[in-house]
Amino acid sequence: MHSQETTVPVNADIDIVTARQKGRELARDLGFTSTDLALIATAISELARNIILYANSGEIVLSVVENGSRRGLKVVARDDGPGIPDIERALEEGFSTSRSLGLGLSGVRRLMDEFDIVSEVGNGTTVTVKKWRL
Amino acid sequence: MQVPILKQRDYLIASIQAALTDADLLQLRDALVSQVGTYRSRGVIVDVTALDVMDSFAVRTLRDLAHMIRLRGAETVIVGIQPEVSFAMVQLGLTLEGVSTALDLEEGLAYLDKKLRITAPPSVKKRG
Repeated sequence: MHSQETTVPVNADIDIVTARQKGRELARDLGFTSTDLALIATAISELARNIILYANSGEIVLSVVENGSRRGLKVVARDDGPGIPDIERALEEGFSTSRSLGLGLSGVRRLMDEFDIVSEVGNGTTVTVKKWRL
Repeated sequence: MQVPILKQRDYLIASIQAALTDADLLQLRDALVSQVGTYRSRGVIVDVTALDVMDSFAVRTLRDLAHMIRLRGAETVIVGIQPEVSFAMVQLGLTLEGVSTALDLEEGLAYLDKKLRITAPPSVKKRG
């Protein structure tokens, strides 16, 4: 029923804005509070920026998820970039290999309810995050 | 989208109207750092009321902007950070360390007036 997905290609910095705006719209339709909307939009922004910084291009896929009576928003950030050699380290507070602020992945994890990352050197990175409605 | 920069008295006021790309933010930073010299401005206000997201890049760019403008001899105040945005920033661990902030444009102007008056040399008393 809620199988529709919204895919936002991420190839340039304008796409970061588009991805977070689409995510915010979908989250608003789901009835998230304005505080949650800001958290979700910020998380999407960080994930999309990681794609640009580390992989040059990729995509953000937004969809609605259900668990019993609970509904939530799922965000998948996918790229075919170089991958992350040491995921544990990449998730450490403050760790970053780019010129960004270095709060990327650990920060995104704090903003969302669920966080999952799959990455293989040479085969890209997929980060999946979810936020559930209270 | 370029951010309009208004000159008012000794101040430059940049009022962000819509979501900005990374390139727009860098353009704003460079324009303000340059125009502080052109107009010999002593204070800069960046109004971010319209921003519904301030991610790591935006925060870092605003912090750089404020520090660069201080090096040019002027003061910067960031005004209008929304409640939800402040919450997301704290959750993400983002700070605007060393950068002045104020509730809104009015408070920002009051802050600059006070700050710049205090740091200005005392006026010489007339001989009586």
